[in-house]
Amino acid sequence: MAAAKRHALVGLLGWMDIRQRYRRSALGPFWLTISMSVMIGAIGLVFSTVFHTPIRDFLPFIAIGIILWTYVSNVIIEGCNGFITADNIIKQLPIPMFVHILRLIWRNILMLGHNIVIFPIILIAVGKPMGLISLLSIPGFILATINLTWVTLILAVICARFRDMPQIVASLIQVTFYLTPIIWKPETVSAHAGIYLLDLNPVYHLIEIMRAPLLGQPPTLMNWLVSAALAIFGSLFALYFYGHYRRRIAYWL
Amino acid sequence: MARIEFNNACVDFPIYNANSRSLKNRLLNVATGGQLNTDAQGRVLVRALEGLTFTLNDGDRVGIVGHNGAGKSTLLRLLSGVYFPSAGSVRIEGEVGSLIDISLGIDHEATGRENIYIRGSLLGMSKKTISAQLEEIIEFSELGDFVDMPVRTYSTGMHLRLAFAVSTIVQPEILLMDEWLSVGDEGFKLKAKLRMNDLVRKTNILIIASHSKEQILQTCNRAIWLEHGKIVMDDDAAKVATAYFGD
Repeated sequence: MAAAKRHALVGLLGWMDIRQRYRRSALGPFWLTISMSVMIGAIGLVFSTVFHTPIRDFLPFIAIGIILWTYVSNVIIEGCNGFITADNIIKQLPIPMFVHILRLIWRNILMLGHNIVIFPIILIAVGKPMGLISLLSIPGFILATINLTWVTLILAVICARFRDMPQIVASLIQVTFYLTPIIWKPETVSAHAGIYLLDLNPVYHLIEIMRAPLLGQPPTLMNWLVSAALAIFGSLFALYFYGHYRRRIAYWL
Repeated sequence: MARIEFNNACVDFPIYNANSRSLKNRLLNVATGGQLNTDAQGRVLVRALEGLTFTLNDGDRVGIVGHNGAGKSTLLRLLSGVYFPSAGSVRIEGEVGSLIDISLGIDHEATGRENIYIRGSLLGMSKKTISAQLEEIIEFSELGDFVDMPVRTYSTGMHLRLAFAVSTIVQPEILLMDEWLSVGDEGFKLKAKLRMNDLVRKTNILIIASHSKEQILQTCNRAIWLEHGKIVMDDDAAKVATAYFGD
């Protein structure tokens, strides 16, 4: 793909997006980290009381869940506007359009880097060790990001054409947040409901391959298989879809 | 070697009004049997360019003339590879550089130096190439110490000088321009003119849309006159200029 040759451009533009948030602000994107820590603290306290779970278990769970969820949902929501916000560049320069998608993913990875610092702090605070198994979250993260990339590519194309799609996606994301075990633990649902909420929920598998190793458990084989299958078939479909509509995008903007 | 070949190229713009652009209405239309649709696909097409056929070779300096709305900008976008023809074919051999909007991508909060990198990367230069030319760009733009200040503190003239200095560093085989670039005060204008002449001399094919007769006669050896998206005349620059602008 021609976009791969422009990785320097992707890196620079994504980095500039982050730099822009730092301008005239000493903490920059860390403000988001701070507000996220406050939210994690509040939700952690309330729900550990409601569910009668010890905060020592619950706080790390909810912290990493919310951090990863923020990454996933921001990529998808911003992905809807991936081409729309880059319209001035798209209409002037023949830069491969995939560059704009990679730019927003890179920007969100950098944001995730800011937010992830909360997690080790919480682990230290509750006195939980982090084992070698947490390294498994790296392939998990890569696999999840591949999935996010193809979803974003397809959404960016559709949203360039149908301008009310971003709102639809935003509300679906909101619903997914409650349907996916992020503020509730997967063990708390009955086996029957688990089929729908866990096994058939692709977002659960994607979150799990990143989250489980960080909480000291290997993801299940099913988590890996579903995520890998989604990545392969999704990417193939996205390539076909993008190849089909690529030439029309500039006209829609 | 650069070459451009248009064969019956057309550009149609689909016009999505608020109705067909929303998915809800699209679905409602299906439900009501699609009576509201204007055609099978439910969209109105505006033809911006129709049946363009021409070939440009090395050494061609082409002026594009025509009234507002004749399709000059659309043609430039087609040439830059931003638009694909909706019918017919366009073949472009050679690297295309565009000086159409030289301020594109400039971030007002970033410093001049950072903007040189952003603008340079957008134009396809590698970081190494930009770094190698950095001093020259800064010197040419006459920004001095301001290069490390945010661009929002610049005057309009400084802003344009910076954009000009970076954008004219590239040396494409095919150069696209919308009106001749001219920036700055008298002293800078002269420098800019020399830089532009140099750039135009080195490029294989130049395509410039212009409303100025003098400019066309001075720079071009061929001109295309567009009207309502069609070619009215494609000939020697002097002949087309006389026919279009009058004596």
